[in-house]
Amino acid sequence: MSSRALIFDHSRAGRTAKVQHPQGLAAQVPEHLRRKRRPMLPEVSELQAVRHYTKLSQLNFSIDTHFYPLGSCTMKYNPRACNQLAMLPEFLVRHPLAPESTGQGFMACLYELQEMLKEVTGMKGVSLTPMAGAQGEFAGVAMIRAYHRARGDLARTQIIVPDAAHGTNPATATMCGCTVVEIPSLPDGDIDLEALKQAVGPQTAGIMLTNPSTLGVFERRIHEVAKIVHDAGGLLYYDGANLNAILGKVRPGDMGFDVIHMNLHKTFSTPHGGGGPGSGAVGVSDRLLPFMPIPIVGKEGDRYRWLDERDLPQTIGRLSAFMGNAGVLLRAYVYMRMLGRAGMQRVAEFATLNANYLFARLRQAGFEAAYPGRRASHEFIITLKRQARELGVNAMDFAKRLLDYGFHAPTTYFPLLVPECLLIEPTETEAKEDLDAFVDALVAIQREAEQDAAKVKGAPYTLPVRRLDDVRAAKQLDLTYQPAAAASAGS
Amino acid sequence: MPFIPHTETDVAEMLRTIGVPSIDALFDEIPAALRTRALDGIPEAMSEMEVARLMQERADQDGRPLNFIGAGAYEHHIPAAVWAIVTRGEFYSAYTPYQAEASQGTLQLLYEYQTMMASLTGMQVSNASLYDGASALAEACLMAVRAHRRSKSARILVPATVNPTYLKVARTIAEGQNLKFDILPYEQREGTTQRSSLEAYAGQDITAVVIQQPNFFGLLEDVDAITDWAHANNALVIAVVNPLSLAILKPPGEWGTKGVDIVVGDGQPLGVPLSSGGPYFGFMTTRMEHVRQMPGRIIGRTVDLDGKPGFTLTLQAREQHIRRSKATSNICTNQGLLVTAATIYMSLLGAEGLEQVAAACQQQTNKLVDALTKLRGVKLAFDGPRFHEAVLQLDRNVGEVLEQLARAGIVGGFDLSQQYPELGQALLVCATETRTDGDIERYAKTLAEVMQ
Repeated sequence: MSSRALIFDHSRAGRTAKVQHPQGLAAQVPEHLRRKRRPMLPEVSELQAVRHYTKLSQLNFSIDTHFYPLGSCTMKYNPRACNQLAMLPEFLVRHPLAPESTGQGFMACLYELQEMLKEVTGMKGVSLTPMAGAQGEFAGVAMIRAYHRARGDLARTQIIVPDAAHGTNPATATMCGCTVVEIPSLPDGDIDLEALKQAVGPQTAGIMLTNPSTLGVFERRIHEVAKIVHDAGGLLYYDGANLNAILGKVRPGDMGFDVIHMNLHKTFSTPHGGGGPGSGAVGVSDRLLPFMPIPIVGKEGDRYRWLDERDLPQTIGRLSAFMGNAGVLLRAYVYMRMLGRAGMQRVAEFATLNANYLFARLRQAGFEAAYPGRRASHEFIITLKRQARELGVNAMDFAKRLLDYGFHAPTTYFPLLVPECLLIEPTETEAKEDLDAFVDALVAIQREAEQDAAKVKGAPYTLPVRRLDDVRAAKQLDLTYQPAAAASAGS
Repeated sequence: MPFIPHTETDVAEMLRTIGVPSIDALFDEIPAALRTRALDGIPEAMSEMEVARLMQERADQDGRPLNFIGAGAYEHHIPAAVWAIVTRGEFYSAYTPYQAEASQGTLQLLYEYQTMMASLTGMQVSNASLYDGASALAEACLMAVRAHRRSKSARILVPATVNPTYLKVARTIAEGQNLKFDILPYEQREGTTQRSSLEAYAGQDITAVVIQQPNFFGLLEDVDAITDWAHANNALVIAVVNPLSLAILKPPGEWGTKGVDIVVGDGQPLGVPLSSGGPYFGFMTTRMEHVRQMPGRIIGRTVDLDGKPGFTLTLQAREQHIRRSKATSNICTNQGLLVTAATIYMSLLGAEGLEQVAAACQQQTNKLVDALTKLRGVKLAFDGPRFHEAVLQLDRNVGEVLEQLARAGIVGGFDLSQQYPELGQALLVCATETRTDGDIERYAKTLAEVMQ
């Protein structure tokens, strides 16, 4: 079958969007530093580009077009106002290195965002600079290391991670020069405290925890976890991936965490953008204040200014060339102002209501809960191991068939310790009737699996492509377009 | 309730289905002592109309001064079509394309982006983006250590003409893994890397040499010679480049006899607004032989069950969600939406458009330098070939001059005196294609008044 056209297929020599650039100029570059052959960029009209990329956009599932219950990703509605107000022309043209006197309005927004995040997390300081959750994690673990080093406690290089953790946790520990110790979860989803007691010692830098965990349940003995780790001299890191579950209900600072990162693109509804930009603000307890990444917005009287190395000589340093994902921070700020105090507390309430409702309905329909004795948090796990064993239809098959029914699939095969799992997170912004329709779809797929397993295993059928050959993608690497004639053409 | 659709009837039915009396009961596994009472520090909710008013007031407070700073972020014209398409909900509110069949739009766009960036930089493969140029340099240094198996030193040579903030970020991110950065001085007359300083390292175990082109002063480095020196001394070469400049400058894949090994930079000049510092995106391209050491998402073309071509995330065995503590990086979410902007931007401009924009930037910067150096007390620090930035030296305090210019609505440049004290009262200025002759005249006139 023929492939969908690439932008390069529309190229004709000499064609560009002429209204977008000057003409007839020649750059002055010494011969030996000059480009000799033009890069292969599209040569298309403005309409051709607009039509091509508009059509590509229409091939995507997105929150604006589909229910998107991707567990652990908090795919809630991204209010349009947040985008429009972050893109006011004055904010867009502001150069990051312009004098502070020309950025007081922008800095006021960031300062107030820092203050609101402190309040809602119970932490003592916030730095907004990390550009994604994983960079927030990096900042957090780097601060933990800096704290131990500053005390001359050089042996603390081990980070404890539960087996249910996101892959970013152990990867981050490695990036910070730490080693990783994994501890198991109990059958009820809580951490194995005995294993934790065995794991801690004078080598322990800290523990990285998500609470509620990626198993979709709240770690009930969090105070004991905190005590064990603190008594051993380690610090507690809170992975804020699941902050939506507890926003306004419990504060990580009150749970005893020393450092947290928040995913503003999850909890505070900034866009996921097809894979970013994220934003991974970090919050810290008193003892980590001196180590926060810079820059931070400070306030003196009624004037805002950037705090840098001179203000925080023990800082772990800079993580980006300027101020992290500044425009994302403005979007989060607008969102928080529209929610306000009461709205923020409602986030966790309705995210949890939606998850528990969906959970209850799916169990009533015969789906098996991975942690049946537990309350769901803002997300929950069902396991399809029985369907896989008895019908030969696995979690991936269900996920792909859901696409045909017009739903984005939940997260599949994560966390790794639950076989054939779907991690389902509806978020608070979905209406009851959409949750009901999702249940109906899963029930229908279950029936299909019982009657005609091959049909489910062959899904999807209604999307731009059917199931793709991932093995071939990795073995016969095709990572850039190579026009057949280009090798000989040379322009 | 903002953005929550539930009616009272809905809530009652849902609670009945769950079998609990209230929403509060759903939190019964959380120890009571931990429950948050009030969030007194959070203000009451605002309506969209009210918050729009507030944000416009804040924006008005900052105004729209005339900008002459570059220093790693550049004000360019962005075609209206770019962000009109980027903010379509199908791009804006989708996530990482884990479900390939439901994400072919994003995936194909990323494949096209990888093709464009590989070609622009003269390399074979590109990833789907990193956070920004500075963190991309950090990742490139870590990647060089993995890719250069015979080098044990983890020592990276970095010219002082590399953006100093990029070096700071590289230190923050890479020093935890024991990378060492040695700084190469620049020629005081020319403002480019001192070639003779390399000789002190001849025969030593060096993992990689970084070259920024154009360098932080806007000047063109002798990239061929440094690349060849590095390769002759068994070091890899990491290029840091402005992607727009590559429309007119020799691509890193052609530097020296072999070309460089890794190319990184900030993609902001390609259709991304200044926006007070972000979000931008970092790009990275490399040779095919190093692709498995590259961090970040990579998209590949393959076929579906019917043999029809399609796109998917590939080489995921490098990544944190598979490899965990042994991954090439902890990066997960990248800067997809900004890459969307850059891909559309490059499609609209094409190679010819980018050349013209680059040439216009250079022309306007030359005019700016001519106009400002005519003033008494202003001189050009380095006179070599440049792209679109230049270093000026003033006979008075740069910080004070910049404040006075700001009061007159002009953002006059970046003060170099802290990071390069040896240059004295030095100012890095930039004019892109967006600065007209009239803008330049206004700057010169205002500066003359300030300098009187």
